[in-house]
Amino acid sequence: MAKAYTPGLKVTGRITYRVRRSLPIHGEVLVKVGDRVEATQVVARTYTDGDITPVNVANLLSVPAGDVPGLMLKKQGDLVAAGEILARSKGIFGMMKKDAPSPAGGVLESISSTTGQVILRGDRQPVDVKAFVTGRVVEVIANDGAVIEADVMLVQGIFGIGGEAFGPIHVACKSHDERLDASHLTTAMKGAIVVGGARMTVDALRKARDLGVAALVSGGIDDQDLKEFLGYDLGVAITGSEQVGLTFIITEGFGDIAMAERTHRLLSSHAGERASVNGATQIRAGVMRPEIVVTLAADAPASAERHFAEGSLELGAPLRIIRDPYFGRLGTVKRLPHEPTVLGSGSKARVLEVQLDSGESVIVPRANVELIEG
Amino acid sequence: MSSAGHRTYPTIDPNSIRWILATDCGSTTTKAILIEKVGDEYRQTQRGEAPTTVEEPFADVTVGVVNALTEIGELAGRRFIDEHGHIIRPATEKEGCDIYISTSSAGGGLQMMVAGVVAKMSAESAKRAALGAGAIVMDTIAANDKRKPHEQIQRIRELRPDMVLISGGTDGGNTQQVVQIAERIAPAKPRPRFGGEYQLPIIYAGNKEAAPQVREIFRNGFDLAVVDNLRPVLERENLGPARDKIHDVFLEHVMAHAPGYDKLISWADAPIMPTPGAVGDILQRIAARDKLNAVCVDIGGATTDVFSVFDGVFNRTVSANLGMSYSISNVCAEATMPNVLRWVHLDMDERELRNRVKNKMIRPTTIPQTLEALVFEQAVAREALRLAYQQHKEFATSLKGVQTQRTVGDVFTQDAGGGSIVDNMRLDLLVASGGVLSHAPRMEQTASMLIDSFEPEGFTTLAKDSIFMMPHLGVLASVHPEAAIHVFERDCLIILGTCIAPRGEGKFGKPCFSYRIVPTKGTAVTGALNVGDMKLVRLEGETAQVEIAPERGFDVGAGPGKPVTRTAKVGTVGIVLDARGRPLQLPATHAECKPLLQRWTSALELYA
Repeated sequence: MAKAYTPGLKVTGRITYRVRRSLPIHGEVLVKVGDRVEATQVVARTYTDGDITPVNVANLLSVPAGDVPGLMLKKQGDLVAAGEILARSKGIFGMMKKDAPSPAGGVLESISSTTGQVILRGDRQPVDVKAFVTGRVVEVIANDGAVIEADVMLVQGIFGIGGEAFGPIHVACKSHDERLDASHLTTAMKGAIVVGGARMTVDALRKARDLGVAALVSGGIDDQDLKEFLGYDLGVAITGSEQVGLTFIITEGFGDIAMAERTHRLLSSHAGERASVNGATQIRAGVMRPEIVVTLAADAPASAERHFAEGSLELGAPLRIIRDPYFGRLGTVKRLPHEPTVLGSGSKARVLEVQLDSGESVIVPRANVELIEG
Repeated sequence: MSSAGHRTYPTIDPNSIRWILATDCGSTTTKAILIEKVGDEYRQTQRGEAPTTVEEPFADVTVGVVNALTEIGELAGRRFIDEHGHIIRPATEKEGCDIYISTSSAGGGLQMMVAGVVAKMSAESAKRAALGAGAIVMDTIAANDKRKPHEQIQRIRELRPDMVLISGGTDGGNTQQVVQIAERIAPAKPRPRFGGEYQLPIIYAGNKEAAPQVREIFRNGFDLAVVDNLRPVLERENLGPARDKIHDVFLEHVMAHAPGYDKLISWADAPIMPTPGAVGDILQRIAARDKLNAVCVDIGGATTDVFSVFDGVFNRTVSANLGMSYSISNVCAEATMPNVLRWVHLDMDERELRNRVKNKMIRPTTIPQTLEALVFEQAVAREALRLAYQQHKEFATSLKGVQTQRTVGDVFTQDAGGGSIVDNMRLDLLVASGGVLSHAPRMEQTASMLIDSFEPEGFTTLAKDSIFMMPHLGVLASVHPEAAIHVFERDCLIILGTCIAPRGEGKFGKPCFSYRIVPTKGTAVTGALNVGDMKLVRLEGETAQVEIAPERGFDVGAGPGKPVTRTAKVGTVGIVLDARGRPLQLPATHAECKPLLQRWTSALELYA
């Protein structure tokens, strides 16, 4: 059978999902192998060094840098409160002494006789890592984190904004091709993962944020709306750390585009169940796509979908066209011609014939399709 | 013997070398070439490529290398990899190679933070050293960079560089400020990108008098190396020692912590170089040998590198967020959509285009299927290249802060040094590489993109790197310069032609210059162009004798209104006569630009 490798996004009713949850720096792992964990449970914790505040004591006291160590009232390692006097000048005949107060609280870390500078370090800040998905701990990586495993429903989106969010799934659009606008959103959706249909509008985003919706998931978004909502034009697709009041994920791409029917059906079938969502997207090395994950009950039925080898562009495999002139159209692989073909652009490339869901068949470069992996 | 990092490399006898294998391990693809001695000269004969395997599930760069070399072996009908997966050396009649060399930019290349005392002086020199060594500079910290100390510290904490280069102060001068910079960096404890467990390398190349204090500051938790000051006196840069140390540290720490690189280092017969560093090396060699002023651009998906050599002075810049896929959205944001659309001769809907740009950003491997999509992508490329070159010209300057003796004649000039050394009129060779330039369906499109974005003046030879083998040749030049030069001339560069464009401005439709072109084969061509015209002269033969007589106010190299006769390379495209004037002035709106674009597009037969 003709085959070729092409990457795709996972949309699947059941998969064994393993996620490694790591601390950014070494710390303490709070769970052990075999533990059952909830998605929002903290599995590892560490502390980052506190903020540092440099204080130019030589300037404050108007003395040479070399004199500073001798004028210090506090020594290295001392705990200092904001406003406390760090050093005092000798003045003239004991008069007109100058003080150097501490602008912040912290531990006095160093005193420099070369620059006359003193470094204060603030309190350590805790960093928590949650399980993200409800499941079982299958591996503990000492001082680093844990691997959690669960049988889940998994939908990978193509692009997202914002970090991890948790909540019950609430379906706002009944159909996969219904636009998600502000009128679909109600106060009942506070804290929920709201599933739309086609393009989400900027009004919907604003209302969702105001209502306290945890996350929005829909087919597409207009770039202009994204820019308006973020307040800037996104230059590079490395996201996840935005603080915009909610997480949102698009499953298909930019523009007026409907969510794949299968994706909408799958998400709708889990309405009311708790989902874990992460908008973080990274397109460069170490690709990361946004995800919507729902842990399945142990007795949930197995998926009846036909399975194709992962990444394999086989005849009959379901796919999505990801570039104009057929952008967003869904279909299946009809033919995989071996010889390169000259495209309308004049370039020569390897192509495939796609049987569109609408019935017609079209030729597209292999680089311009994405498998819908189940 | 030579050494770099922990590895010692054997001395190579160039006369005994017949088979050379070279790889460039990029972020996504590992590209391999085979160079053979054919008769008395070296030629590149085969190429192969395979996906780079730095990441899971392989997590071993040598897997991709072996795959690419195996492909070459199959094409060449010669076995290069033995049954244990090792490169067969030395070569016998039937199998193996004599030397294997490599460059690398996998895993995002070499990422550095640099710091200096004065932003426009020592910090800029440090940046030049880092860029010249092939690094991406994540940020430049300087005592006077207008950020407050705590803001600088916060930034240092956020970055995860591979190494840090610190400079500042002339030798024997003030030590306080450079020590203060060191005191800001050390407590911020920047963490290295790979492996949280190894100590972050710091290279100190500042005032040597301050070295003891700097050693004390970085005594714990860092791996400090002290090298000669890169600005020992204001009037002179000494970038060599810092650059060499960056290469050593790159091999010793950064590469050694990337998956499989310890093995790759042990395989290579010469130190592995960062890819852009190798490109810079070969460009400098060629420029020095042929006494050329040259510019080379490599436009990728995420970044655009520009290299230049003017009067022997080398500069490199990386425009970190100007690229054609991952960064395409940033190009449109920085250039603005109206500026991109200036280069489009078809009607297009801006809202629709904005969505297309974002879709390319999130699905970077797609290719234009329609002519309309190609035209738009090439329009974006023109703006990315224009912005990258602008940044390069602003960076490639004479040293700032140098006192020059001024005379009465200089009273009315404001020049305080620091002017760009990049002069398009003196540019001899412009080399293109990177997907959108090298894979354009027609060479005319590559030439046109170069001309529109770089605006070469006078006579400029245009060329493209056929399969991006300049990195391989750069590292080869370090062990076998003769082979590198042979291959560069015969197989690497494809000459597109010559652009002839006068400097000067005039009213569209007024006479600009007349020309007479005598090719080595075929008949002479004569004519005249008005301001705003473009013409492509297709010729046979390798070169042509060209006489240009510019009108008053237009300069093709000899001064305004003065005629010039020169030999020009014909190449695969021909000679492009560009009478649009310099600097190039395009109307502001798409509606006004469109008819002009249509004229130029048809004159250069871009999409015929």
